Amino acid sequence: MRRYSPIIIIFLLTIPAVTGTLSFYALDSTADEQELVLYSGRSESLVGPLVEQFEERHGIKVRVRYGATTQLSIALHEEGRRSPADIFWAQDRGALDAMDSSGLLSTLSESIQALRPVSFQPYVGNWIATSGRARVLAYSPERVDKENLPVSVFDLTDAAWQGRVGWAPTNASFQSFVTSMRTQYGDAKTREWLSGMKSNQAQSYGSNVPILQGIASGEIDLGITNHYYLYRLKDADSEFPVEQTTFQKGDIGNLVNVAGIGILQSSSKQDNAEKFIRFVLSNESQVFFTEEIKEYPVMEGMAPASGLMDQESLMAYAPELHLDKQDDLQGTLQLMMEVGIL
Amino acid sequence: MYLVIRALDAEPATLQAILLQPRNVVLFVNTILLTVAVIIGSLMIAMPLAWLTTRCDIHGRRLFSVLGMFPLAMPAYLMAYCYIALSGSYGSFAQVFSITLPRLGGFWGAALVLSACNYPYLYLNLRSAMLGLDPSLEEVAKSLGQSRWNTLWRVILPQLLPACYSGFLLTGLHVLNDFGAVSLMGYETFSYAIYRQYMAGFDRTYAAWLALMLIALTGLVLLLEGYLLRKSRFDRTTAVGSRRARRVQLGKWKIPGYAFLVGQVFCFVVLPLFTLIFWGLQGDSWSVWPRLLEAAWGSTRASAPAAVAATCLALPLVYWSLRAPSRLTRFMERAAYMGYAVPSLAFALALIFFTLNVIPVLYQSMIILVFAYTMRFVAEAVGPIRSALYQTSPRLEEAGRILGYGWTSVFFFVTLPLLRNGILISLAFVFVSAMKELPLTFLLSPLGFRSLAVDLWGLVDEALFAQAAPYAITILTISAVFTSMLLLRETRQE
Repeated sequence: MRRYSPIIIIFLLTIPAVTGTLSFYALDSTADEQELVLYSGRSESLVGPLVEQFEERHGIKVRVRYGATTQLSIALHEEGRRSPADIFWAQDRGALDAMDSSGLLSTLSESIQALRPVSFQPYVGNWIATSGRARVLAYSPERVDKENLPVSVFDLTDAAWQGRVGWAPTNASFQSFVTSMRTQYGDAKTREWLSGMKSNQAQSYGSNVPILQGIASGEIDLGITNHYYLYRLKDADSEFPVEQTTFQKGDIGNLVNVAGIGILQSSSKQDNAEKFIRFVLSNESQVFFTEEIKEYPVMEGMAPASGLMDQESLMAYAPELHLDKQDDLQGTLQLMMEVGIL
Repeated sequence: MYLVIRALDAEPATLQAILLQPRNVVLFVNTILLTVAVIIGSLMIAMPLAWLTTRCDIHGRRLFSVLGMFPLAMPAYLMAYCYIALSGSYGSFAQVFSITLPRLGGFWGAALVLSACNYPYLYLNLRSAMLGLDPSLEEVAKSLGQSRWNTLWRVILPQLLPACYSGFLLTGLHVLNDFGAVSLMGYETFSYAIYRQYMAGFDRTYAAWLALMLIALTGLVLLLEGYLLRKSRFDRTTAVGSRRARRVQLGKWKIPGYAFLVGQVFCFVVLPLFTLIFWGLQGDSWSVWPRLLEAAWGSTRASAPAAVAATCLALPLVYWSLRAPSRLTRFMERAAYMGYAVPSLAFALALIFFTLNVIPVLYQSMIILVFAYTMRFVAEAVGPIRSALYQTSPRLEEAGRILGYGWTSVFFFVTLPLLRNGILISLAFVFVSAMKELPLTFLLSPLGFRSLAVDLWGLVDEALFAQAAPYAITILTISAVFTSMLLLRETRQE
């Protein structure tokens, strides 16, 4: 056995080697009384510039952890009361509702609640909507006549559209659309629609962009997506051969989803955190959202970027919602799985 | 451990409902099919590539070697996006050259993308194994009147098996854990089930069960690999350090050889790069450069120490399990793969749980991030070192001892130099994997930490491809520079 004792030396060498390398990094202990910690499920390109402006204006430093909304939300559950985070900014309300039901979000002050954009966020929760994204019908103007487009998302199961429609079952916005359909029309009708779509050979895509590229490439002729992706693709290529439109007024297919922001129960900096939320809802931030990424501003009287509908017609087309926070994403995923699309 | 604690929260009834869903069987079968397809696909790319670049009289071997490793640094989801954007009648390729490439999707799309991303693991393993082949064994076979073909089958291929196994293992584990690429291609695998559980009500209990199932599957594969390897021994017979084999004269086979290499570079390097550059030119991509530098520094300073640490950790594990084999040492070496078998997200949650409960001071510090990378990717470091050690005869070490050198000197002056190629490859693997790792970086990095992978993901997720392109190109460049530095050190021996 003695012949192999070099391993012991190696082990002994490994420990200083590892710790030595690591000690290059001083521990992060610059915790500042004022400083805010933001967990952002929205990307750096969107949040970074706003954070800089906020720091400049209020002299409060904000440190951000960027990630995917779902993963951050699970991590926040895991951290529980020991979370270093003060604010959570999520891509979709599903994550915020789940946090709220687990008691992880702290009650917002009256003055912040007063800012809640009622038409975008019909029920009171411990978070506030920050911007809206509409579900739309994308189509190929070359292969489909605008007059012949389906007027309701329920018409997509017609034989005329067999194999011609694209959707993205793993996409969170799609799932929240299905959830709304369930609250509005019941599970039976939703199941019927989902399996109707499946037997009508709806094509599954991993996200919204490939749906649009699929339409451009002639794989499919219609697709149900979020509204802003097409603008971004058209920014890069103005000739991109896809157009989009809404279904008839009030159709569930025109659902408007929101991104939202909330303060964590574990935070001891409620005041500063509320300052940040107020800043996100301010005119200049809202203009930034709509101009930069073509989402819908949620605050009243804000003009959306050119090409988007004004808020009034957006709301006229959007379905009237009977949402509440007991919305059940779990049930939606279960249903989608039973139908065999997830 | 963490998964077990979480899993114990489950209620038996719900658990039964979740685990025994018929849908999971479909997903399971899909996963197995895809894994097999990707392994075959990677082998078909990697084997000829490795053989041509190490054993044949091909010009530009180094260039092709470096280019062959290029896709290693490409995150699978980005590779999927590239191929999707490339193909179809309105794809980037059609727009520039008016040639329509067929659209990719489903099983074949997923298999192609994952093979494209994973063959470098197999290639690098095979490459270092081929460089280490002992030519005298072949010469003996020939002198005993064996045909070329027989020599290949009975002498050369068996020696490549450890490298193949470890490459297969890494590839297989990647396929099991991949969600990005398979979901973009619309092919449903077991990772769908895990994703669905985490997504649903942000529930960690049942997802933990599914993850445990995945680990059990991995455990089986590991046992199988261990069993196959134990049957083999591949030391050099001679004490000659590393004599090179004569290069095979390809003769009239040279043209197909070059055609293969060029085709390979075209499919897996030129095409993805083409899409990235196409994106970069489409919009305002220059504005991101200043931020890019910060992110690049962040990525490098977390990945480089992880590469060193993982390799240092793998070295004694492998040495021990091969030179002093016992149940314990073999178990230790196999255990190194466990960090790799756990879905990345579950691994990150486990570390959050562990750090907060045991050493809260270190929570979200760089140390934990590097530690996480190290534990997760040590499995990637094990394979190449092990293949190298298999080809190093213990006789050499014994000779050193007989000559009166202490075991430390023998280890540092005899064993380590012989393992050099393996060690370099291990460093490259871990560095590149850490560069592109997402969930661990999302959840464990220090606050305000910027990394290329996270920024890139954010931009792609928002469909801001023009701004994403420089990030992708930077990741690829840093990894290419790093890996080619390592490879050049390796080939300087020639």
